[in-house]
Amino acid sequence: MFQGKHSDSRIQKIPDAEQDIRLLSQLGEEQTLGKKLGRMAKENPLAVISAAVILVLILGAVFAPVLTPYSYTGMDLRNRLAAPSAAHLFGTDEGGRDILTRLLYGSRISLLTGVVPALLSLVLGTALGILSGFAGGKTDSLIMRLADIMLAIPSMLLAMVIMYTLGGGLGNVFLTLTLVNWAGVARIIRSETLKLKNTEYVEAARVIGVSKSRIMLRHILPNCVPTMIVLFTLNIPSSILTESSLSFLGLGVQAPDASWGLMINAGRQYLYTAPWLCFVPGIAIMVTVLAFNFLGDGLRDVLDPHQNRE
Amino acid sequence: MIRNICRRLGESVIVLLGVALMIFVMLRIVPGNPVATMMGEHADLAVIERMTAELGLDQPVYIQFIRYITGALKGDFGTSYSLGKPVSFLMGTAFGNTLKLALFAALFAWALGIACGISAAARKNGLADHLFMGVSLMGVSMPIFMVAMLLQYVFAYHLHWLPISGINDWRGFLLPAVALGWNSAGSISRLVRSTLLDILQEDYIDTARGKGRTQAGVLIFHAFRNALLPVITMMALQFSSLLSGAVITETVFSINGIGRLAVQAIAGRDIPLLEGTALFTTLVVILGNLAADCLYDILDPRIRKEV
Repeated sequence: MFQGKHSDSRIQKIPDAEQDIRLLSQLGEEQTLGKKLGRMAKENPLAVISAAVILVLILGAVFAPVLTPYSYTGMDLRNRLAAPSAAHLFGTDEGGRDILTRLLYGSRISLLTGVVPALLSLVLGTALGILSGFAGGKTDSLIMRLADIMLAIPSMLLAMVIMYTLGGGLGNVFLTLTLVNWAGVARIIRSETLKLKNTEYVEAARVIGVSKSRIMLRHILPNCVPTMIVLFTLNIPSSILTESSLSFLGLGVQAPDASWGLMINAGRQYLYTAPWLCFVPGIAIMVTVLAFNFLGDGLRDVLDPHQNRE
Repeated sequence: MIRNICRRLGESVIVLLGVALMIFVMLRIVPGNPVATMMGEHADLAVIERMTAELGLDQPVYIQFIRYITGALKGDFGTSYSLGKPVSFLMGTAFGNTLKLALFAALFAWALGIACGISAAARKNGLADHLFMGVSLMGVSMPIFMVAMLLQYVFAYHLHWLPISGINDWRGFLLPAVALGWNSAGSISRLVRSTLLDILQEDYIDTARGKGRTQAGVLIFHAFRNALLPVITMMALQFSSLLSGAVITETVFSINGIGRLAVQAIAGRDIPLLEGTALFTTLVVILGNLAADCLYDILDPRIRKEV
């Protein structure tokens, strides 16, 4: 999407001074987004494998009905707690339901509880972060004190209190995880905004009389995009983990919806007789989280040189 | 330095008040009268009203909040609806267990994290490096209840080495401590490794090598000593997160700690207990982070001299 804006001929064709300034700001970046991703693909095979794993997971979630002959809810009591076999690759649960089938359908909910809150908290956190950093003064301290308060409460406990207030269910899980995660996003985007605010091109835009909201939307926001991509990718696994913990405690997604965490919660009483009930969805969570973490780290290495690994 | 610490202390108090207000308001907007919930479906309406008045729940929210805060400052967090005992008493008993668990977990995490971090940094990109860093990433990606249940399954159920749950003696603490400390060990080892690798680039390391120090001597006496500062800060931060992160571990291993108390509070729709545990845990975390901050100031001679 950034490609093509760097050719000199295009800069000359655009008469608008503000456009010039924006293009100038992007000229400073030596590479386009596409090229950076290409570099990641070449240098970091782990990130590419992770992206492939994530793609497979998404395809599995979408095509679940095609991929499995079993029903997601249908009971088969003669086959209760069957060990993994050719017919049931990962065994069956206490109702005789195929674990692989439930895993595939459960991935729909688990992936959603990763992606939706990560997206919502990204939008909320970015909006508040840019506003906070750009406006400064009272707005800044108000938003940042609020973020301090949210970050001071241990996230699991905060999630538990919010879930208690809202009650269980998928929608409330989305809302809770958004409320838990926005503050971290806002802090990072704010510091990014503070850096960008003092660059020459923002100064130049201000001098030629561009309105504040326009500066925030057209000059600061686009330059936060690399950081936002990294934050989004890394918030997905943390949301999946928190949701699985909430569901494990029985506070998250409620049946008949099934997330991986809820499957583990239901399987816990059979830990010693049918351990696959817990360990299969547990491994699914681990693989998913690992894939998103690797991809996020890979993206951070190429997109965000300021914020390298610890 | 003293002024710095005082400023941070002041900020912490404000944040803590904000936390108290937020939790208080959140729990007050739950629909339904908590007294009615507590007494069940068949309770007499008059009794419910009398109880509501006795507990001060008919007052405006801000008066309730002021009362709650003044009480909390004196150590009175109200009485648990579901267990019928003072919240502070319940928390006192539970905190002892949580503290013990967190200490065991911290010892495990610190020892393992530092040992793995040093051996990984000793040979960058060597076998140990890849192995430890891979395992630490897996550790961070595994939900804590998975680690806990895996340990339970292997070491308690299959091998019968350790008790499945309960904390009757120190052996009971081993599995929960490993489950809880697992993630921290991962972060500490990564920090130790990266700090050491940075330090090993410094000139004084070359000097030490030039003097004929062995690789182990350079690593431990020259590099690790200088890496201690960020590592100790991280260790202090991790400790407070261990104290607050024990919810799942305590549930899986049936340990009566603060986290399990919070879970019980939610199950019993017990607002004072939930409020107390949430507030107390946050207080512990804030104090822990404050201590980590101050520790940094005290340990770093450059900051210490500035004052």
